[in-house]
Amino acid sequence: MSAASEAPALAPAGALAPARGHGLSQLDVLESEAIHIIREVVAEFERPVLLFSGGKDSVVVLHLASKAFWPARVPFSLLHVDTGHNFPEVLAFRDATAERLGVRLAVASVQDYIDDGRLLERADGTRNPLQTLPLLDAVAAGRHDAVFGGARRDEDKARAKERILSLRDEFGQWDPRNQRPELWNLYNGRHTVGQHVRVFPISNWTELDVWRYIEREGIELPPLYYAHDREVFARDGMWRAVTPVSLPAPDETVETRRVRYRTVGDMSCTGAVESDAASVAAVVREVTQSTLTERGATRADDRISEAAMEDRKRDGYF
Amino acid sequence: MTTTAPTREPALSARATLFRFATAGSVDDGKSTLVGRLLHDSKAILADTLDAVTRTSTERGFGGAGGGIDFALLTDGLRAEREQGITIDVAYRYFATDRRTFILADCPGHVQYTRNMVTGATTADAVVVLIDGRKGVLEQTRRHLSVLQLLRVPHVIVAVNKIDLLGFDEGAFAGVAAQVDDLTAELGLANVHIIPVSALEGDNVVDRSPRTPWYSGPSLIELLEALPATDEVEAEVEEFRLPVQLVIRPQGAVVVPEEDAEDYRDYRAYAGQIASGTVRVGDTVTVSPGGASTVVTGIDFAGATLEEAVAPQSVALRLRDDLDLARGAVIAAGGTLPEPSREVTASLFWLDPRPLLPGARVLVKSGTATVQALVTSIAGRRNLDTLALEPTERLEVNDIGTASLRLASALPLEPFAVNRRAGAFLVISPSDGGTLAAGTVLTPHSDADPLKG
Repeated sequence: MSAASEAPALAPAGALAPARGHGLSQLDVLESEAIHIIREVVAEFERPVLLFSGGKDSVVVLHLASKAFWPARVPFSLLHVDTGHNFPEVLAFRDATAERLGVRLAVASVQDYIDDGRLLERADGTRNPLQTLPLLDAVAAGRHDAVFGGARRDEDKARAKERILSLRDEFGQWDPRNQRPELWNLYNGRHTVGQHVRVFPISNWTELDVWRYIEREGIELPPLYYAHDREVFARDGMWRAVTPVSLPAPDETVETRRVRYRTVGDMSCTGAVESDAASVAAVVREVTQSTLTERGATRADDRISEAAMEDRKRDGYF
Repeated sequence: MTTTAPTREPALSARATLFRFATAGSVDDGKSTLVGRLLHDSKAILADTLDAVTRTSTERGFGGAGGGIDFALLTDGLRAEREQGITIDVAYRYFATDRRTFILADCPGHVQYTRNMVTGATTADAVVVLIDGRKGVLEQTRRHLSVLQLLRVPHVIVAVNKIDLLGFDEGAFAGVAAQVDDLTAELGLANVHIIPVSALEGDNVVDRSPRTPWYSGPSLIELLEALPATDEVEAEVEEFRLPVQLVIRPQGAVVVPEEDAEDYRDYRAYAGQIASGTVRVGDTVTVSPGGASTVVTGIDFAGATLEEAVAPQSVALRLRDDLDLARGAVIAAGGTLPEPSREVTASLFWLDPRPLLPGARVLVKSGTATVQALVTSIAGRRNLDTLALEPTERLEVNDIGTASLRLASALPLEPFAVNRRAGAFLVISPSDGGTLAAGTVLTPHSDADPLKG
């Protein structure tokens, strides 16, 4: 029998529709996968914690956790490593969300470490690399054996290779050359003393999935994810907000632009994008289209995209 | 590079379905080029499907002199990333057409193919195996297809690549296809699709190629869009199974509005992801351990009450009777659960550098249950060239062997050939917690039917 005749007789491309046995949408499947992961970790670990910045990805993970254990409360606490450079409106949102869900929030402060000399301010002013020590101290102090995060595999090439349950040594290090096989949906969270496991329930979600889920579920986000007028100046192809920790140089012009943030990290390094997307639906449309333009559009757009991606990676503390 | 931003909004509705597939093949087979081609061209589909159809008839692939897109640059960039140090593992990539969203597990073409393939293939709805059309079926092809057969990957697509270098010759393709047919018949591998492609020039990858008029089948992406996902198939044919992850018992600490709180005072539900099949309110179910029967009185999902639920939904089931079930229990369609087994014969895909010896003490994780186990004997190791089971003293990394295990507690295991979820398990090191092997049940031996040798 020839291969050609063995192939299924398919109608022309325009008439093809995927077989639909169970009628679950991609968001349904991703949601159930994430809830399964969260429940596995809660069942198998002693003291899980969720890294919660108030950014959209960690907000989605918290939302999934609240669905996973309904009608019981989320059975773990939240942890935020505050660089001291976070947007005030995001911190306010972080606190209000924890309060609303009745979940305990611990904050590890980079500023405290700088003030008492355990960490030194870097010459370039960025505090992202300074987060690791307070994070590991907080994980040790809380005796957390599992740390949930909102990182996604579509964010960058290194994350594309990371397991959903990622074993870390006592220094929090990931060893990409020696990852534990991850088979079927059977997650193995076993670890030895000193090790802990980072858990990424939305590994398989894309930025678009996250936004479509936010839209479907009516999830509230900090307002700066949506278009607003802001005093900004251009640097490295990004619009940077004028804040106490990100001031324009003499040759940089401050102007008011309509912008929004695709990611929310430190004020000192997170760029905004020009946007009129003031609603979730408008952001979903914008993300859909920007995915298409990222590769083929102008260099400035590419730069924004790459920088935003890097910010997001930092935002996840990983 | 394309300079005009596509303006057509893709039909990426919230109802799009998800499909997971993996790629296998050595680098020389053109796998990187194919992956790059898929990622690149699928976005072109999003841009404008109609245009893509038209383009097929006028263009000879993006890599051609007139294409204007430096296609090699895209794949070289991905490879350079690997060369900087993270070259040994599966990379997950995401792309969408206007019909489906795809999760692509890009398994590097590596000497340690078995280990990589097992990791990438266990979650795949389909695996694309590349063959260099000039070389035909190689030893590596035999190994790949053997592993896929043993893992019961639902759909196997053999992409006979470099058809451009064969002058788009029907006879040359038919020769390779016949080799593949012989091999898949030998393996008993069903649902194999064979497609002539040129990853470099794009023939039959996204668009059907006019240069292979003798091939009447779908392009690769058309096939990937049309094949049913594993869950879509198995929810229909397999019996309902739900391994209990944990019991939700808020005991007063509820998140519902205060006026409803009293209703949830005695709430108790069994949370888990449906492994197979469908469950409806009112269904009679059997639970293990214990074998008791009860009735499903409610299917809850985060405040919503469902009438029915299917794999792979994560739900919480309320049952009529208070059965004291805990994590590790299985809830199943009434009367369909096999007798729990303490002895099992299984295939083991050995993934750890430390070899397996008879008498080893391990942990077995099946569903949500983890139990101690003893490897009582190793029956043999599969020779992937002859497909025969050869006697062996031990299993080494990347070996696929057959072994017998005795479990400390009986589990309702099922043959992997019957139920993928209920027949799959992990072998875990009790000392450092590492995952040693992927296991698939060949024969569970119930206590009523003790193992004889």
